[in-house]
Amino acid sequence: MIVSVASGKGGTGKTTVTASLAVSWSRPVLAVDLDVEEPNLHLFLKPEVTDTEVVTIEVPEVDESKCTYCRKCAELCQFKAIAVMGKAIMTFPEMCHGCGGCMAICPEGAIGVGTRELGVMERGVSRGTLPCLTGRLRVGEAMSPPLMRYVRSCMRDESAAQSLDVLVDAPPGVSCPAMSAVADSDVIVLVTEPTPFGFHDFKLAWEAFSPYEKPIAVVINRAGLGDNRVYEFCTAQNLPILAEIPYRRDIAEHYSKGMILAELDADLGELFSKLGRDLRQLAKEARHA
Amino acid sequence: MREVVVISGKGGTGKTSLTAAFAHLAESKVICDLDVDAPDLHLLLDPAIIRDEAFISGHEAVIDAEKCTGCGLCASMCRYGAIDEKDGVFSVAPLRCEGCKVCVAFCPEQAIDFPARHCGQHYLSETRFGPMVHAQLFPGQENSGLLVSRLKKEARVLAEERGLELILCDGAPGIGCPVIASLSQTDLAVVVTEPTPSGVHDLERVASLCDHFRTRVAVVVNKHDLNPEQTSRIGALCQEKGYTLAALLPHDTAVTEAMVRRQAITEGEDSAIATQVRQAWRTITNLLQS
Repeated sequence: MIVSVASGKGGTGKTTVTASLAVSWSRPVLAVDLDVEEPNLHLFLKPEVTDTEVVTIEVPEVDESKCTYCRKCAELCQFKAIAVMGKAIMTFPEMCHGCGGCMAICPEGAIGVGTRELGVMERGVSRGTLPCLTGRLRVGEAMSPPLMRYVRSCMRDESAAQSLDVLVDAPPGVSCPAMSAVADSDVIVLVTEPTPFGFHDFKLAWEAFSPYEKPIAVVINRAGLGDNRVYEFCTAQNLPILAEIPYRRDIAEHYSKGMILAELDADLGELFSKLGRDLRQLAKEARHA
Repeated sequence: MREVVVISGKGGTGKTSLTAAFAHLAESKVICDLDVDAPDLHLLLDPAIIRDEAFISGHEAVIDAEKCTGCGLCASMCRYGAIDEKDGVFSVAPLRCEGCKVCVAFCPEQAIDFPARHCGQHYLSETRFGPMVHAQLFPGQENSGLLVSRLKKEARVLAEERGLELILCDGAPGIGCPVIASLSQTDLAVVVTEPTPSGVHDLERVASLCDHFRTRVAVVVNKHDLNPEQTSRIGALCQEKGYTLAALLPHDTAVTEAMVRRQAITEGEDSAIATQVRQAWRTITNLLQS
């Protein structure tokens, strides 16, 4: 089963929850960081990196000796990545979405395959037994979805091959990267905090993810801070609040040292073991529904 | 005219609370929420919308089932896996379609339409602190730098028209397309971070993005007292890279309390943190003038 931990608002505790679930999960599990712009899960799981793969996207490379400047490529390209002016052709690889249209449409076979580096994917092992995948966007690269697609395909292959459950640390927000990060999941966990910002973005995320028709569970972080509206909303929408992490200064300090919340004390350890059990139960019920 | 963008790399470090306070303190400005994916600034500024426009950007492929013969060429050419087939019937999954037009161009039956995509709304508003431009993307849309650029352009036009001197922007988390777009023509990026491994890691990445685009960086450490060791690491990083350490703000529930009241931290009775935020704004104003 695949569990995605998402949030809407950033900084509500996605990584805290993912790392804690990963160390207390009762089955073999793969921990995947799909927040490729700002991956943080490795800062807590501290995996030993076994393999770093450079991930690229295919961009056009024009052989000018074959080009007849017919403009078909430039007319097709929706991303302004190729321009033809008179007897000159220019490519802007950083604009390219890698659709391959120019290569396919060129009647002269003048457009070959070049590459642009998107970032890297790191494979690693935490604590000797917990496999991890981390996508890390290159600083200056604008597009995260193609790197995420690559990490997701490895995630699906590796979890299927080794019969692993998967925990995904998703990026914040509800735009394309966040939506694609949760697309594979059996259960979506929304982490929020009971503040006006937290609640507003939680509603955005709930509206965005509901059409997937996957079970959504809620974890409330910093419980006791702010107001009560998220509780009222969850009751009204029949959304299960599976865990509440109290608002405590020692928790914030523990986090600031790069330590895993489930390991702060026995109560928190039990909170995440129970959260894991409840999530597996939720996935099971959804499968039988 | 000057432009400031408040960003963070990591989400939830206090960008929006701080931007709202700066919006309260700054004179002669246009306020701009560039987090078009999950905007929150409007929750504190309570804008009255005076113009509401559709954001149309790019296109999406739509298969006409009447004309489709089910040859499957589109599915084999789509690099995004955006074409689903069920019992011989092909359809495009809008969330995965990047609008590249390859399927449209190669369909032998010309069975694929390519309508413009309505990706969200953008707004011009009035607030108690002055004019504001903001937007809301629809869920699942490409988190487009184009919308960010559009908002910045509108803010500039508005500032020109009204003779305002500053464009104050609340940025998005991350380092991708919207953040890159928000840095264009910016005089100063204020990076809000916290003394945690994630805060430091994400500060390093977003600040090096600013370096890449030659944007000046000022750093605000929020909740600095949570971990003095990490805070001094951030201080050392600033010194090494030439970033201005603009403020150290304490961990204080007054920030959330102000949020619950829908106020900027500096509004109402002054708390200890409000005084420090005022000082931070003076430092940033001085940086902008230097």
